[in-house]
Amino acid sequence: MIAWMMLAQAALLGLLGAGVTVAGIAKVRMNDWILGAAAIATLTLVVQIVASIIAPFTGSGPTGDPFEYWVYLVMAVLIPPAVALWALIDKGRWGVVALGVALMSVGVMVYRMHQIWFVQVF
Amino acid sequence: MSQSARSNGFGRVLVVVYGVLAIAATGRSLVQIVRDFDAAPLAYSLSAAAALVYILATVALLKRGAGWRRVAVATIGFELVGVLAVGVLSLTAPELFGHPSVWSWFGMGYGFIPLILPIVGLWWVLRGSERNNNAH
Repeated sequence: MIAWMMLAQAALLGLLGAGVTVAGIAKVRMNDWILGAAAIATLTLVVQIVASIIAPFTGSGPTGDPFEYWVYLVMAVLIPPAVALWALIDKGRWGVVALGVALMSVGVMVYRMHQIWFVQVF
Repeated sequence: MSQSARSNGFGRVLVVVYGVLAIAATGRSLVQIVRDFDAAPLAYSLSAAAALVYILATVALLKRGAGWRRVAVATIGFELVGVLAVGVLSLTAPELFGHPSVWSWFGMGYGFIPLILPIVGLWWVLRGSERNNNAH
């Protein structure tokens, strides 16, 4: 696993989330761009899952608890599609704000996963 | 748009934040109990209880009706009391509560969201009920 990639992913999720949140506050309704942001977020998490499966075989497993890491990762990947789906069902600005906040939360979760993988604070 | 639903408008953001916190707290307390329960049984048991209450609060915010409103007020109120009590105890009795849990140090590990969320949540639920009473 490459450290800067996960940090870049967390930053990207934070930026996407902030952008979507601002769009929602500015009363932008659900559109292809916002759905695209959710799709990109999900895609990066799927890539991370694949990378996390491969990485231990190339001799760079997590320095922390793999169980904790996977609990976070599996939850994180489910959040963007679930919230995006909810925003699609009832199209309003608050659904967009909720999606933005969710993407930012996932960014924080990825940052936490980065800590589990690389940094041991305990 | 239904006026009675607590999960419309701004409430939708609240439900998503509660949902994410419920998921994160449940996952983390699951890990703590499986891996490290003996280190701080009291703090970790409370973490698990807090996680379950977050799940219940999320459901209560999603559901309609006066019964669920009471559940929402009770669970969100419990969280407010919990985060304040454990926040103080994590400073005064660190041997019992000085472990990373959702409420330790007033929810610092979660960006103080566990402290802010119940205040915003109670405001939203009680405000929503006033509007409903006026509408009837």
